[in-house]
Amino acid sequence: MAAKQVKQFDPVKTLHSIEEQFEMFQVLNEEGEIVNKDADPNLSDEELTELMTRMVYTRILDQRSISLNRQGRLGFYAPTAGQEASQLASHFALEKEDFILPGYRDVPQLVFHGLPLHMAFLWSRGHYLGSAFPEGLNVLFPQIIIGAQYIQAAGVALGFQKRGIKAVAMTYTGDGGTSQGDFYEGINFAGAYRSPAIFVVQNNQYAISTPRELQTAAKTLAQKGVAAGIPSILVDGMDALAVYVATRDARERAVNGEGPTLIETMCYRYGPHTMAGDDPTRYRTSDTDNEWEKRDPLIRFRKYLEGKGIWNEEKENEVIDRAKEDIKEAIKKADAAPKQKVTDFMKIMYKGDMPSNLQEQFELYTEKESK
Amino acid sequence: MAQMTMIQAITDAMRTELKNDENVLVFGEDVGVNGGVFRATEGLQKEFGEERVFDTPLAESGIGGLAVGLTLTGFRPVMEIQFFGFLFEVIDSVSGQLARQSFRTGGRYNAPVTIRSPFGGGVATPEMHADSFEGLVASQPGLTVVIPSTPYDAKGLLISAIRDENPVVFLEHMKLYRSFRQEVPEEEYTIPLGKADVKREGTDLSIITYGAMVHESLKAAEALEKEGHSVEVVDLRTVQPLDIETIIGSVEKTNRAIVVQEAQKQAGIAANVVSEITERAILSLEAPVLRVTAPDTVYPFAQGENAWLPDANDIIETAKKVLTF
Repeated sequence: MAAKQVKQFDPVKTLHSIEEQFEMFQVLNEEGEIVNKDADPNLSDEELTELMTRMVYTRILDQRSISLNRQGRLGFYAPTAGQEASQLASHFALEKEDFILPGYRDVPQLVFHGLPLHMAFLWSRGHYLGSAFPEGLNVLFPQIIIGAQYIQAAGVALGFQKRGIKAVAMTYTGDGGTSQGDFYEGINFAGAYRSPAIFVVQNNQYAISTPRELQTAAKTLAQKGVAAGIPSILVDGMDALAVYVATRDARERAVNGEGPTLIETMCYRYGPHTMAGDDPTRYRTSDTDNEWEKRDPLIRFRKYLEGKGIWNEEKENEVIDRAKEDIKEAIKKADAAPKQKVTDFMKIMYKGDMPSNLQEQFELYTEKESK
Repeated sequence: MAQMTMIQAITDAMRTELKNDENVLVFGEDVGVNGGVFRATEGLQKEFGEERVFDTPLAESGIGGLAVGLTLTGFRPVMEIQFFGFLFEVIDSVSGQLARQSFRTGGRYNAPVTIRSPFGGGVATPEMHADSFEGLVASQPGLTVVIPSTPYDAKGLLISAIRDENPVVFLEHMKLYRSFRQEVPEEEYTIPLGKADVKREGTDLSIITYGAMVHESLKAAEALEKEGHSVEVVDLRTVQPLDIETIIGSVEKTNRAIVVQEAQKQAGIAANVVSEITERAILSLEAPVLRVTAPDTVYPFAQGENAWLPDANDIIETAKKVLTF
């Protein structure tokens, strides 16, 4: 009997052929021109204006937050400039009933999902009322442990699936987050159960100081979805329309029972990692900064909208003024929050009766605080 | 009434709560068709379906994250960590996330999760399976830690744990799973969390203990009885929070105490019990409170465990020191 012919398998070729599939999806180029007519979501003028409004608002919120932080009037803050399209256009594809599990940089999406701004400020300051989110707001607090929100999103998605609720769990992490075990476990669990989750990786090129290329040998972060057997896409994260389309399609698949999607948004964080002493000049050059700023999500979207005659300086200034006014009001409200007491912390540790050890301490502290 | 082993009582408790509350979900590695590696979930998937009792991919952290997410959609997860030695793989979900969930959401999202896991030694498992990490989780505010020592207690405590509005770590000693049978009511009943049980009354010495060491302590108490010492055995049942009233009540009666745990001596539950006694009842004591524990090495490999684990003889020896002080 002749030896069976075995087809030669070339793992290097296989890898390259997979990687080649992950070309960056773009709809709007840096000049604000539609370069992918078939993919144009054909949003209405109102929708386009609303999306621009949110991005401008968020840029102002970022600038003011940085300055408030420097004045000592805000606490922990992770700057967002450069990531507006990635954050707000992905959120724009969601509905109120969708559940967001954010990372700590993803406060703007929460605000546009309905989080009162003064609560975002209280959260930044480290006040427990800052994460006591109101009923009916489908979000979890911004996660601090990198990647933990990914496995939790798989759980929320499974919960929606079991209850027959047509909604998605939407979660965000960064390029560094894709190195965590929880990242893989999260996309794998959601894939195995085909549950309605959207996993967004905002690849802003640096995990604090560690550049993207040191995180992994993978050419793209999107291709990590292939191993979990879930659809994934690499998107120009500075292009609001591309991010919107990718998320809209992912949501549609999810609520139709077709399972989760991984979306990598290529973007850039202009500012430091956080306001707690990070100095980006230690790990990146102004040339790189300038290169990315040319691709700015606001500039290109503004050009596109101005070309359509639906945006102008006056409109932009209105948004800027409104944002500044809102921020002023929210700070006032945050300033009026009650001073935190130890007994407050004790009351929110458990639902129902406190355990005996805490009950005893509660009595001690109640007495202490009454003095 | 039926004669049940502890593992049968545990299955029965889960069956009871799966029936009572449609929000209860049971999941973990191999808990479905296989019924769990110890058969704790035997027959549950068949009875309640794959929607309610289901297998997970092999990843403990993912299982913990799944539990967090399911609570956010109103479920009451009963998650199994296949062996508590795998706690390190899921410690962020347990201590970092579930224990803090109520606090981190200002009380909006409590976490009614039961984390079931086999633990403890004496059944020759491979390494990293048999550790006693109850002290580790007991040190985390937000968690209740329950350890039954009998089939009867196991059923009543597990039903209470599943009904609790906060996360409960429910640790099942592997050696006790099938070591004996006991009368267990077929109907439902609860045993409150945080309440110890006096398993044997006595007047000369209190042995305060939990888990498999309850049985070693009872053996020791019988032997000491023959030598004329009346020994009380207090089974903590919940190691966090401690039942101070029962512990102190017993010590005030006997004036002498030892604390017995299978875990290593350093830090841990026994140290907590001793601290509570010295803070609250030092004037009742006729002798120092001593501990019987495993030594402060890592848990040994299978063939070495019997030399390492504390037993009735160690308890008798320490009890005599305290009785004759």
